[in-house]
Amino acid sequence: MAVDLTAAVLVLGLVMYSVLGGADYGAGFWDLTAGGARRGARVRGMLKRSMSPVWEANHVWLIFVLVVFWTGFPNAFGPVMETLYVPLFGAAVGIILRGTAFALRGEAATIGEARLLGAAFALSSAIVPFFLGATIGAVASGQVSVPADPDSPFSSWTNSTSLYIGALAVATGAYLAAVFVAADSVRAGLPDMVEAFRRRALGAGVVTGAMAIAGIFIVRDDARDLYDGLTSGLGLAVVIGSAIAGVVTIALVWTRRFGIARFTAAAAVGAILVGLMIALSPDFLPGQMTLDEAAADNATLVALLVAAVIAVAILIPSLGYLYKLVLTGRLDQEFHPIGASDPETRR
Amino acid sequence: MDWLPLADAFTQVDQPYLLEARQMQALSLGVHIPLVCFGVAFPAMVLFMEGLYHRTGNVVYRQIAKRWSKVMLILFAVGVVTGTILSFELGLLWPKFMSEFGEVFGVAFALEGLSFFIEAIFITIYVYGWDRLSDRAHFLVGIPIVISGVTGSFLVISVNGWMNNPTGFDIVNNEVTNVRPLEALFNDYFWHEFFHMYVAGFIVAAFLVAGVYAYAWLKGRRDHYHRAALIVPLTVACIAAPVQLLMGDWAGRSVAEDQPVKLAAFEGLDQTEEGADFNIGGIYYDGENHGGITIPDMLSLLADHDPSATVQGLDSVPESDRPPVAVVRNAFSVMVFIGSGLALLAAIYLLTWFRKARLPRSKWFYRVVVIAGPAAVVALIAGWITTEVGRQPWIVYETMRTTEAVTGAEGIPIGYATLAIVYLGLGSVVFWLLRRLARQPLERELPAEAEVAR
Repeated sequence: MAVDLTAAVLVLGLVMYSVLGGADYGAGFWDLTAGGARRGARVRGMLKRSMSPVWEANHVWLIFVLVVFWTGFPNAFGPVMETLYVPLFGAAVGIILRGTAFALRGEAATIGEARLLGAAFALSSAIVPFFLGATIGAVASGQVSVPADPDSPFSSWTNSTSLYIGALAVATGAYLAAVFVAADSVRAGLPDMVEAFRRRALGAGVVTGAMAIAGIFIVRDDARDLYDGLTSGLGLAVVIGSAIAGVVTIALVWTRRFGIARFTAAAAVGAILVGLMIALSPDFLPGQMTLDEAAADNATLVALLVAAVIAVAILIPSLGYLYKLVLTGRLDQEFHPIGASDPETRR
Repeated sequence: MDWLPLADAFTQVDQPYLLEARQMQALSLGVHIPLVCFGVAFPAMVLFMEGLYHRTGNVVYRQIAKRWSKVMLILFAVGVVTGTILSFELGLLWPKFMSEFGEVFGVAFALEGLSFFIEAIFITIYVYGWDRLSDRAHFLVGIPIVISGVTGSFLVISVNGWMNNPTGFDIVNNEVTNVRPLEALFNDYFWHEFFHMYVAGFIVAAFLVAGVYAYAWLKGRRDHYHRAALIVPLTVACIAAPVQLLMGDWAGRSVAEDQPVKLAAFEGLDQTEEGADFNIGGIYYDGENHGGITIPDMLSLLADHDPSATVQGLDSVPESDRPPVAVVRNAFSVMVFIGSGLALLAAIYLLTWFRKARLPRSKWFYRVVVIAGPAAVVALIAGWITTEVGRQPWIVYETMRTTEAVTGAEGIPIGYATLAIVYLGLGSVVFWLLRRLARQPLERELPAEAEVAR
């Protein structure tokens, strides 16, 4: 019981990070593809305006996930870290680059500086979700053995399922970001930006949907157990739920109802992770270690769950206050295009 | 606790780059810890400034608080990043440590994560909420930042205390069982380490901030803005610095009691002695201390508050269980030397203030304040080297060796080099950003408020 609850807390953290952090990385993806300095200036400005107030809070979810992982499932944490150290270290370095470049780019005084920082920011925005997604893919497709085999630093995460989930993480982030920023653009009263991000949301939605369908075949060939878990029982129900939420989101974006689309888009992405966890159970590391074997001592799980309850009691009103201020525009930043004219923006 | 029976529970890992792994971890901690000081101490100073504004209505205090809060956000954002790296590294470099003991100390990290979260949420609202929230709401939003900054570090230090004083579990048949997370959380080392670090946070952050304005003072900028921005952090630093002497004494006595070998390394004490001498200063190399002053019986007095007490020497354990003495001893000397210097500087400031009710006039005072901040950072790092290297060869004191905790993975030198380059980039970029922020003109406050003020 405590084990299942702790697993639920871990998945909840992962979902939150994939949605909020993922959208944040997705914003970087749109920054990367916004075009030249002049053409992309308004898009980049809008992205920064959307990201600024919630950047830090979104990224704390990753720390939350790591902490719950090592406290709740220490026996799996060790082997995962020891096997998948290449993508994990890559993600860590990407996080440094990205955080730095983001904090700084608003301060860039020349187009050259802005371009350099922008490139570092945008590139690392794609690298981090890819590596983290590949890590999840490697765990889910049974690449981690116990005890760990640290001598396969690359083959452990370059099977097709891992690479696929890495790519899917980049795509879902872009899709979420486009939906979220389209909604923000409505509030900011910038109709051209609404249209720009609506187009992106529709495009990314279709691409992500196509990837999801392709994924069925990739996973079937590469990780048969995972495929079976995702296509039967509760796993199948969650996958279908994700698909429905995805289609509904596209319909909502099409009809310009971005406010609700935020939540259906988030549900579509979150359901993928829930589905993965259900497909794997009762295993944590497929064929190697069950959830029960991976879990910490019961006393620790209980303490962790109590901490989680305290956290929820404190965090929900706090986050609620933050998002209320953000969504009602109280913390809104001024809109400055980045790159074309004077990019000097003050925070 | 006897150290022999537990020491065989884990197996050695074949890792030729153990030293590089330790250095990589030390590098990341060294980058993160000064930022933690700002997380601990800066919110309180910012909020104090805002409080001064609310009390006096003088917009100068508001300008300072606003400017500082932006610095606070930048440093917090960098701290989020470096803290994330640390979470990764704990697993990447020490997977055996995490998988064996993550369940014992993990709850502290979970609560720390919560603190960090709260800090992130309210720091955002605080900084972006200037001029958008009511005065009262804005001030109230600052309070959770102050609290969570303290609780966050409190919990991380609990884990470090636990590594030095591991409790809350049993080892049966080489398995960690019967975990008691609360006992681990409130281990015996927790309180003195926490207060020692808490005061250090104030010393580092306050001297660094004061140093910026002491430099401006020397350049002749002595208006109300610069004066207030100098006096508040300087006063904080000068109250904290003498207090740290007491905290250090407390910490030293705890080490003497529970980690006698570490204490012996602090002092480079080879043999167990009654009435052991205390060496001040000097440099330790070739197995002994060169130079410095020796005070007879002082070590016994300090460690036990008894001049004839027996102090255990390094010879009380086999050579394989001793820390690298030169590193520990020299780091300890640096910390004590700088700490005492800062306390002296504080005494000058406080005496001038109480006896003459004014700031010191000597230019030399302000020059020393300018370097006091960087010096405090050096003392901070030296202090952490003292305790961390002093714990070697153990990662969990007398329970698990560092050689048993390290990853078996290849490529540590590549990772180390990459990280060093990235941190160098990060450091220069943050410095550049703060310089640019400092050059921006101050925001003009609303004239209506200014009228109320003057």
